[in-house]
Amino acid sequence: MLRGLALEVSAGQMLQVVGKNGAGKTSLLRALCGMLYLEEGRVLWDGRDVRADLPSFHASLTYLGHEPPLKADLTVDENLRYWVGLRRRVTLPQRASALETAGIAGLAERLVRTLSAGQKRRVALAALTLFAAPLWLLDEPTTHLDASGHQLVAQLIEQHVRAGGLAIAALHHDIPVSAQLVRRLELSAT
Amino acid sequence: MSAAAATVASRTEVPPALAVAWLALARDLRLAFRKREQLIQPLAFFVIVTALFPLSITPELGELRPIAPGVLWVAALLSSLLALDFLFRDDAQDGTLEQYALSGRSLTWLLFAKTAAHWVLTGVPLALIAPLTGVALGAPGYSLLGIVVTIATGTLALSLLGSIGAALTVGVKRSGVLLSLLTLPLAVPILIFGARATQLAIRNESFAAPLELLAAIVVLCLTLAPLAAAAAVRISLE
Amino acid sequence: MTWTWFHRLGSPPHVYRLAERLTPWFAWPAGLLIVGALYGGLVLAPPDYQQGDGFRIMYAHVPCAWMSLMVYVTMATASAVGLIWRMKVAYAVAASCAPIGASFTAATLMTGMLWGRPMWGTYWEWDPLLTSELLLLFLYLGYLGLRSSFDDMQRADRASAVLAVVGVVNVPIIHFSVYWWNSLHQAPSVMKLGAPTIALPMLIPLLMMFLGFTLYFIAILLVRLRGEVLRRERSASWIREVVTP
Repeated sequence: MLRGLALEVSAGQMLQVVGKNGAGKTSLLRALCGMLYLEEGRVLWDGRDVRADLPSFHASLTYLGHEPPLKADLTVDENLRYWVGLRRRVTLPQRASALETAGIAGLAERLVRTLSAGQKRRVALAALTLFAAPLWLLDEPTTHLDASGHQLVAQLIEQHVRAGGLAIAALHHDIPVSAQLVRRLELSAT
Repeated sequence: MSAAAATVASRTEVPPALAVAWLALARDLRLAFRKREQLIQPLAFFVIVTALFPLSITPELGELRPIAPGVLWVAALLSSLLALDFLFRDDAQDGTLEQYALSGRSLTWLLFAKTAAHWVLTGVPLALIAPLTGVALGAPGYSLLGIVVTIATGTLALSLLGSIGAALTVGVKRSGVLLSLLTLPLAVPILIFGARATQLAIRNESFAAPLELLAAIVVLCLTLAPLAAAAAVRISLE
Repeated sequence: MTWTWFHRLGSPPHVYRLAERLTPWFAWPAGLLIVGALYGGLVLAPPDYQQGDGFRIMYAHVPCAWMSLMVYVTMATASAVGLIWRMKVAYAVAASCAPIGASFTAATLMTGMLWGRPMWGTYWEWDPLLTSELLLLFLYLGYLGLRSSFDDMQRADRASAVLAVVGVVNVPIIHFSVYWWNSLHQAPSVMKLGAPTIALPMLIPLLMMFLGFTLYFIAILLVRLRGEVLRRERSASWIREVVTP
């Protein structure tokens, strides 16, 4: 249960949420999505309570949870098509270019069940770039990634934030994003 | 604000609601066909259950014919219930259900698409196999089309009704029995009208009246069940 | 129009105290009415020309059937209030109703079986009312089963609330379909559990029983509600003032 939180994030900023396991980082992110009912308190987007128009708030955000939401029996490209396609028409070249940005260019026709955990995470990052939503809510986006993967996440976030987007990420440790763009919020478990 | 510009750009490429529902349906169908061997299971269960009745009562077709509608319907009911358990299970576990709820699109439509896919994969094959088992229970040749039509309509209502129970129990472990307990009393009208329609078909009488009542239930389920299922999914995602 | 009384009902301590104060106002009249109705029905009313004294079990059976349905509607209404206005107390009311309704349904079935034995010669016939009541019992059990399958109270409340609302829409459909089914297969010797031709001395005790049972239900609901509120609010501070004498 979360208590006593007040936070504000503006365009061009990244909020890094830190805290030990069980401190409530995931709950905070899900509450910010509007998925958890808040007994007290509100989430405002662009000055308006998100509960007034939840669908358009959701259309402005992308949420990545602990595990990448991929179907093991579909190929990488099919997964992207069915996932991003819910919100945005993306063509084959666009999907291919997103995979390239994520460093997994040749994997488009591979079944997801044959991928490693790190590769699945990169697929999720590719989807993130395809959604082109202003608000990113990321729960431990660097899990299963190697050093170049950490670099990739930092790069994507920095690009997104510099272009005017917002990112709120629950992260165990710091990633190399320019310090002037990052603010920290520490949750403590009581 | 340039983030707003990014939003505006993506808004112009937003696919319409029907296309999104079609996408969800296509995804589920494609997924099911990747694991083709699993599609047979509800059908095999259906055939085995219908075979249990002659084995436990009598092999005389003359004595089986009167109870054939009941046997077919009970077997179809149980097979559909077993298959319903998997309607939302996988998606809830790997996070895709959550993404559906967060997509900004109508969750009602998306769940309706999933339920429709479930019916196409389970109900329709059951309806097509039912005549074969019907013949094995003494149903005459002229009733076979009636059997297909009545069971196809009934399984559609069942898939829709069952989607509510499936959505309510999606987070519960070992929920198979609970799902059946919740859905079976609610499914009694479907059973009553459907079995009566099949019975009249077997007797070569007009089965329009019970079929119309069954169709009315289908319409009611079409309008209300996906709404209730969407509410139930949101509750289980909280 | 001030809705403050409605919103105050959302406060658990207020509801707890209100329930405590109101219970005797329902319990005592309920007791008097039921005793009076029993006297009127068992002693005063003349025996039926067709069923003899056997019809007297109607004074328990019919009010129980009526209550089993009314409690379900109450439970579904409370669930709807809880879902729409997000009132925790409404969920507590729904949770308190369920065991009461299930008991009334079970009592309807048992009194029906006791009535059937002298009337039909068997304890059970697929009479439309008994069959509907049997299905209603399964609806109650499903509700209770769904509730108990969740550890988180909030999720249990909301999921079972959706089930109750779906159920209440279905109950008339189930009723209709069962009566339709029964009318198709009317066996010639089945006697329905209907009330005999009603004469006034028979009717008055029946109406008294209806009213008495209704008041009894409200009284028991208030008692259970207090227990539910205590259970849910056990970590709240106002509990200490109320419970310690």
